[in-house]
Amino acid sequence: MDNKERILAIVRKVSNQTAAPDPDESLFDSGFLDSFALPDMVSELEREFGIKIPDSDLNPRKFESIAKIQSYIESRM
Amino acid sequence: MAAIKAFGAYLPSRIVTNSELAARLDCEPNWILDVSGIEERRYAVPDESVASMGVAAARECLDHAGLKATDVGMILVSSGSSERRFPGPASAIAHALNRDGIPSIDLPIASAGSLFGMAMAAPLSAMHGNVLVIASEKMSAIAMREPMERGVAPLFGDGAGACLIGPAIDPGAGSARIIDYILHSDGAFADDLRLEFDAPLAMNGRSVILQASRKVPSAIGELLDKNGRTAQSVKVFLMHQANQNLMDRVARALDVEAARFYSNIRRYGNTSSASMLIAAAEWWRDPGPAAGDLICFAAFGAGFNWGALLAG
Repeated sequence: MDNKERILAIVRKVSNQTAAPDPDESLFDSGFLDSFALPDMVSELEREFGIKIPDSDLNPRKFESIAKIQSYIESRM
Repeated sequence: MAAIKAFGAYLPSRIVTNSELAARLDCEPNWILDVSGIEERRYAVPDESVASMGVAAARECLDHAGLKATDVGMILVSSGSSERRFPGPASAIAHALNRDGIPSIDLPIASAGSLFGMAMAAPLSAMHGNVLVIASEKMSAIAMREPMERGVAPLFGDGAGACLIGPAIDPGAGSARIIDYILHSDGAFADDLRLEFDAPLAMNGRSVILQASRKVPSAIGELLDKNGRTAQSVKVFLMHQANQNLMDRVARALDVEAARFYSNIRRYGNTSSASMLIAAAEWWRDPGPAAGDLICFAAFGAGFNWGALLAG
C-alpha cells in the first residue's frame, strides 16, 4: 500500500465508514471525523508510520483532508 | 509537603434541563446528552455572584474541616467568569468571611485554576498556615451570551468548590497528604479557548479535545512515573468535569476502568474551574479517602494550562 492508501485505511477504521473521501474533501464536513475521532486518528497515524507527532503540530487543520494528512506525514518521514 | 484537610461545594438550586436549552438552541435534548454526557446543569439566580457562591463553598469547607475562618491564613480564588475586570472575587470573599487583612489572591485561570490553586497552596501553607482554595464560576452569564452556539452553550453550569490545604502535621482522618504535582502551560493555542470582554465564549472544540486527550494522560503518567506509582494504584481520579467522553478517553489512555474517574457532569455540566473541587467535595463526602488511598487530581483548560496532583 502507498501512503495515501494507508492513511485512507486509518480514516475508515476510526470513522467506521467504508466510503472513500476525496483527497481534498474536509473529513470534518463530510462526517468522517469528529472531535473525538481526531485524537484516535492521530494515534493510529503515529503507530502506522512509526512517528511521534509533537503536540505543537496538533492543529486540526493539518489533518483536515487525506491530502493534508499525507503531506504532513511525508514531511515527518 | 502539605495536606488536604477538607472540601466544600455550593450549587445553585435552579436546575436547567437539556429540554429547556434545546428549545432555545433548536436541537434535540438527546443530542446534547450524546455529545457531552450532560443531562442538566445549575444556573445561579441574578443576585448570586461568583463571590457569593465562593463564600458558600468556603463556609461548607471550613465546616467540614471543623475550623473557623480565623484559622485561614491565605485565600486563593480561581475564576474565569468573574463579573468585572478588577478587583477579582478574592478580596470580596475574604471580606465576607471576615478575613480582611490576609492575602487574598485571584487566579483568573478557567478550568484548570483550581488545580493550579491547590498546587500553589501546598508550598504556601508552610508560610501562611491554612490556605483556602476556592473556585467559583458563573458560566451561565457567558454561555447565554448571544449568539448562542449549540455546541457551546449547553455545556456549562454554575457552581463553586473549596478546598482547605494546610501544613501536614497530624492531618487526621479524612485528610490526604499532597505527594507531588505537575503543572504545564502552553500559549501556542491560547486563541482556541478564550473569552473576550463582552463577547461569547470562543472555543475550537477539535483543538481543545485533541490537545486535552494527549496532554492530560501524559501529565498524569509523568507524575505517576516520577513518584514510582502506576495508574492502576490510584483509588480515584478527580478530574475537571469538562466532557464525559473526554474523561472516558483519558481513562482508556491510562488503561484504567472509566468508573475510577469520579463523574458528576451529568448533573452539573462543566462548571469550569469549580468542577474539580465540586467533584472532590462529593467524593470526599462519600466514600471519602481511606488510609493508603492514592488520589489523583487532573485538569486542562484555557491557556492552555494543565496538570495533575497526587495525594494520599
